Amino acid sequence: MPNPSGTSAAGGTASIPAFKPVLDIKKDFPVLNRQFGGMPLHYLDSAATTQKPLAVIEAMNTFYMESYGTVRRGVYRLSEKATEAYEGTRKKIAALINAASEREIIYTSGTTQSINLVAYSYGRKFLKAGDEIILSQIEHHANIVPWQLIGEMTGAVIKVIPVDDTGTLILEEYKKLLSERTRIVAVNHISNALGTINPVKEIIRLAHAVPGGTGAGPGGRGAVVLVDGAQSIAHMAVDVRDLDADFYAFSGHKMFGPTGVGILYGKLALLESMPPYQGGGDMIMKVTFEKTTYQSPPHRFEAGTPPIVEVLGLGAAVDYLKKTGLDRIAAHEHALLEYGTAVLKEVPGLRLIGTAAEKGSILSFTLEGVHPHDIGTLLDEDGIAIRAGHHCAQPTMDRFGVPATARASIGPYNDASDLDALAKGLKRIGEMFR
Amino acid sequence: MSRSNELYQQVILDHNKNPRNYRVIPEAELVCEGHNPLCGDHITIYVNVDATGAISDLSFQGNGCAISKASASMMTAYLKGKPIEEAKLIFSEFHDMVRGEFDPKSRENHLGKLILFEGVKEYSSRIKCASLAWHALMGALEKKQSATTEA
Ligand SMILES: Cc1ncc(COP(=O)(O)O)c(C=O)c1O
Repeated sequence: MPNPSGTSAAGGTASIPAFKPVLDIKKDFPVLNRQFGGMPLHYLDSAATTQKPLAVIEAMNTFYMESYGTVRRGVYRLSEKATEAYEGTRKKIAALINAASEREIIYTSGTTQSINLVAYSYGRKFLKAGDEIILSQIEHHANIVPWQLIGEMTGAVIKVIPVDDTGTLILEEYKKLLSERTRIVAVNHISNALGTINPVKEIIRLAHAVPGGTGAGPGGRGAVVLVDGAQSIAHMAVDVRDLDADFYAFSGHKMFGPTGVGILYGKLALLESMPPYQGGGDMIMKVTFEKTTYQSPPHRFEAGTPPIVEVLGLGAAVDYLKKTGLDRIAAHEHALLEYGTAVLKEVPGLRLIGTAAEKGSILSFTLEGVHPHDIGTLLDEDGIAIRAGHHCAQPTMDRFGVPATARASIGPYNDASDLDALAKGLKRIGEMFR
Repeated sequence: MSRSNELYQQVILDHNKNPRNYRVIPEAELVCEGHNPLCGDHITIYVNVDATGAISDLSFQGNGCAISKASASMMTAYLKGKPIEEAKLIFSEFHDMVRGEFDPKSRENHLGKLILFEGVKEYSSRIKCASLAWHALMGALEKKQSATTEA
């Protein structure tokens, strides 16, 4: 039974710590208050995509109903208003991640496009045969495949930072990989498959200190670092200047905003050195058949009519994040992660994959004798939505010797009842397959 | 019966736990590895065909969920000894049934016990699990070394 306070039913027993909620925001999310097949929904797939608060849905609806128009092209009032709202989100994002200027904020379609933009624009211009790109073993395919494609085009080679059995990057091995050939380091802030929080500040410091290189570090030396922030942006406070990140990529739909919009943060000096990624309207200064000149960043990288309403919705999502407070979100999720880890340990035959000391709110696991897809289908019967599969991270699965895992990922709207339901469902499934 | 009890019947759970013909046929005439790119699961099918054009031996190995494993297990048990042409007919009936395009209760068919898998049609995300081994078998009979559920 979900109890109204959201505190844990099991709280107080010897092995399971009581869960004390920091937040109580399920009510803000319309989908989470619907019944599915007569049952409440236990949504535990926020790492795939987060649900949307009413504030975001209404902001988008209202905009369509009252103020919709194109941006940066119309001279009529509707378009001017739309442009203000559209550029307003850029300021909000810059403030959210503490960028030095909103000119460092590029709208993309999501993390995947953000990473491809850097790979194709920066990578194609600056990489040569024999240069090295360092990735970690626990990357999403979105932070592997673009680099492989660029590697094939330029002759640059990929090196991989290994992880230990807990899913923690082995920094000593990373240090050995760094050299004057290193040009780019691309790692995630939080692994979507395991939940590991990577020490990106240290990773960046070390990359910037390599001799030779691209000039990202002090004195014109160093390798540039791209951080894939898809899993961190809505779950912890991110300060790109404190991290000294060169690029930081994330998706709107994983931070309570709509699909179809994402962000690439890039240091202005780097962005200014980069050629356009795609050509089209809005990214040019002047076009003739003889020669075309381009806008400066960020517009140089934003060809074509953008996802206007989605950008506006993303702005509303940032407002929601600020109002809720990223520190409180992190505290709530961390408490739930500890609670969930404890209740899952009571499930016979369950093996947690990803047990790093520093973890985001992701619980990846296997259940002896039961394939993750069967777990997913059977939990759905109890109204529990989890992800089953390789999580677009096949090299991570290979490292842990499993073809797939089941993954419960926690958002700030979850409470102890969601994890109690998960543990109960898993026990039932375990018995069914025994 | 709840939706998933219909899918995870005792027979299917039993075949998952104790799969029949779960072995390699050394020097099999036909071998084909089936892939489901959506989930990364794969099942290899081994086939021997006799002089009359019948399947004289049939086995599988691989990695998959209960649905794909039970489907492979029951398929090998059911098709062993049957002529290739009949196996192909059963494949098409099975494939249509799990996609909800063939109702085995209202039409004459050759599916026998395999109609247990009819419940799969309610789960669009699991249809490919049930047909993985079958695609691999069809691949093997066409002398291909690999096959996918995306064909
Ligand atoms: C770590 C990580 N990187 C990249 C992505 C890709 O994000 P998107 O599909 O929104 O472009 C995801 C989403 O699953 C992710 O978790």
